[in-house]
Amino acid sequence: MSHADDHQGTRRDFIYYATAGAGAVVTGAAVWPLVNQMNPSADVLALASIRVDISAIDPGTQLTVLWQGKPVFIRARTEEEIAAARAVDLSDLPDQNAENENSVVGADASDENRALSEDGVWLVQMGICTHLGCVPLGEQGEFGGWFCPCHGSHYDTAGRIRKGPAPRNLLVPVASFVDETTIQLG
Amino acid sequence: MSGIPHDHYEPKSNFTKGVESRLPIIGLLHTTLTAPTPKNLNWMWIWGIVLTFTLALQIATGIVLVMHYTPHVDMAFNSVEHIMRNVNGGHMIRYFHMNGASLFFLAVYIHMFRGLYYGSYKAPREITWIIGMLIYIMMMGAGFMGYVLPWGQMSFHGTAVITGLFGAIPFVGESLQTLLLGAGAVGQPALNRFFSLHYLLPFIIAGLVIVHIWAFHSTGNNNPTGVEVRRGSVAEAKKDTLPFWPYFVIKDLFALAIILTVFMAVVGFMPNYLGHPDNYIPANALATPSHIVPEWYFLPFYAILRAFTADVWVVQIVNFLSFGIIDAKFFGVLAMFGAIFVMALAPWLDTSSVRSGRFRPMFKWWFALLAVDFVVLMWVGAMPTDGIYPYISLLGATYWFAYFLIILPLLGVIEKPLTPPATIEDDFNAHYGPKTGGTAAKPAE
Repeated sequence: MSHADDHQGTRRDFIYYATAGAGAVVTGAAVWPLVNQMNPSADVLALASIRVDISAIDPGTQLTVLWQGKPVFIRARTEEEIAAARAVDLSDLPDQNAENENSVVGADASDENRALSEDGVWLVQMGICTHLGCVPLGEQGEFGGWFCPCHGSHYDTAGRIRKGPAPRNLLVPVASFVDETTIQLG
Repeated sequence: MSGIPHDHYEPKSNFTKGVESRLPIIGLLHTTLTAPTPKNLNWMWIWGIVLTFTLALQIATGIVLVMHYTPHVDMAFNSVEHIMRNVNGGHMIRYFHMNGASLFFLAVYIHMFRGLYYGSYKAPREITWIIGMLIYIMMMGAGFMGYVLPWGQMSFHGTAVITGLFGAIPFVGESLQTLLLGAGAVGQPALNRFFSLHYLLPFIIAGLVIVHIWAFHSTGNNNPTGVEVRRGSVAEAKKDTLPFWPYFVIKDLFALAIILTVFMAVVGFMPNYLGHPDNYIPANALATPSHIVPEWYFLPFYAILRAFTADVWVVQIVNFLSFGIIDAKFFGVLAMFGAIFVMALAPWLDTSSVRSGRFRPMFKWWFALLAVDFVVLMWVGAMPTDGIYPYISLLGATYWFAYFLIILPLLGVIEKPLTPPATIEDDFNAHYGPKTGGTAAKPAE
């Protein structure tokens, strides 16, 4: 094989690789929009925060509102419920994390770290079982909190997982008091 | 196309000669229709035709249902009721489509267990088996997404649970679930795309069915003895086979007529027997039905999903070894998909030198237990998750995996199989008298 042939072969190889590389990039660029269109659209993302009037919620009752297409439980807890939640030994909990987006990362799952108000009355959490996303039923289950009918997860009065297949406590979303009778979600 | 020697199509007229030289489609159809088929096939070999018919039924009824259906969260439920009440004959078309899904899965399960018993998955039919498994997975996708479309309570919350399975995957799960749903929760984007995919999947299935048939026409059908058709010459192959048309077409159509009689009775007299009343309640994001149950055909795998809770020691060990990445939830998801995956691996897990279960004395019993296990899992999948039921699902799930991963490989080593007949012709003659083409003195069975 002469030098000229060898040289030409190298140039040919380069053109092959460059063409194949360009082809792969173009294919990727063409496919990505087809995948990305499945992600949430602008109007879905726009429904980011809502305000909820909580003046009508009596102690021992719960308001369920839809926020970003998901149910949110807003509960005014009774003294007994708060006491029961605060009496739990934290080492008994399957999920030791507060799972609260308002508290610092890694906060433990004590009731104080999950409740929205200092006195522990207001508990705001996503009404979505952390197992497979069913809506748990209130004031049911072995721990008097929530019970998911789909696969039998029991949550206590602080929304912490106690028994069943769910891996995490009910998530506490970003929430804050706007004034004494209004909570903002998101 | 076929690997078994056979007579080829010879065009006679000028017209067919002309067509054949330009596009050999008549020859292709002729070869496919007259494919040499083992003449000892029993009644378990009719389910392929039933499945092909059902696919056509689902596509035909589905296309006309779409003419009246609206994939919108505010209108989907009402448009289905519109089909049921206003559209001419709409209620029957929908009931055919609804129960057609059940017939589809009933037929596919019998078809699969046929393959598992007679060793149809074994070499050289692994590709046929794998394509069949792909079709089954596509069917499950189509079945699930179709169930979402009426937008009832079961549709809605079933979607939350099933897409939640993908959310269980570590690290990427949540983004993947959002990508699938097109939002943080089940809603309009999910309904719209499921409608699109529900329309697409049957056509992919149809394509795979053609490849499935192509594959087993290349290897030839398996048969109850598991003995291969002799391929030395056309004359030799003809002693073991009969052409598909007319012999097997007539037989299959007869069986199809009987099955359709039962199917019509179900559609006509008890169309909602296999459904759930909750799905006639419009979807409500704020309340989950008290008892979420998938359609009957998903129950065995649903039971496996639920079987592995955090208190099972296998789950705890895996959780510890993976540094907590694989929790009970993800383990359940892996087990459910794994249960289908080990079935797909059967060709490589079965080490026996004999193909058909008919000649495997120990295998027969383990196989029967697997069939019972499947039914038990189906039953327990519909039961609540307390009391004794979790233990039954765990036991059932364990046997399912043990059958494929331990029993199938071991049996090939420790079992002493019987000797199958030398040829299909011998098997046929041993069962049928001269009148039906055999030589047995009196017909057995």
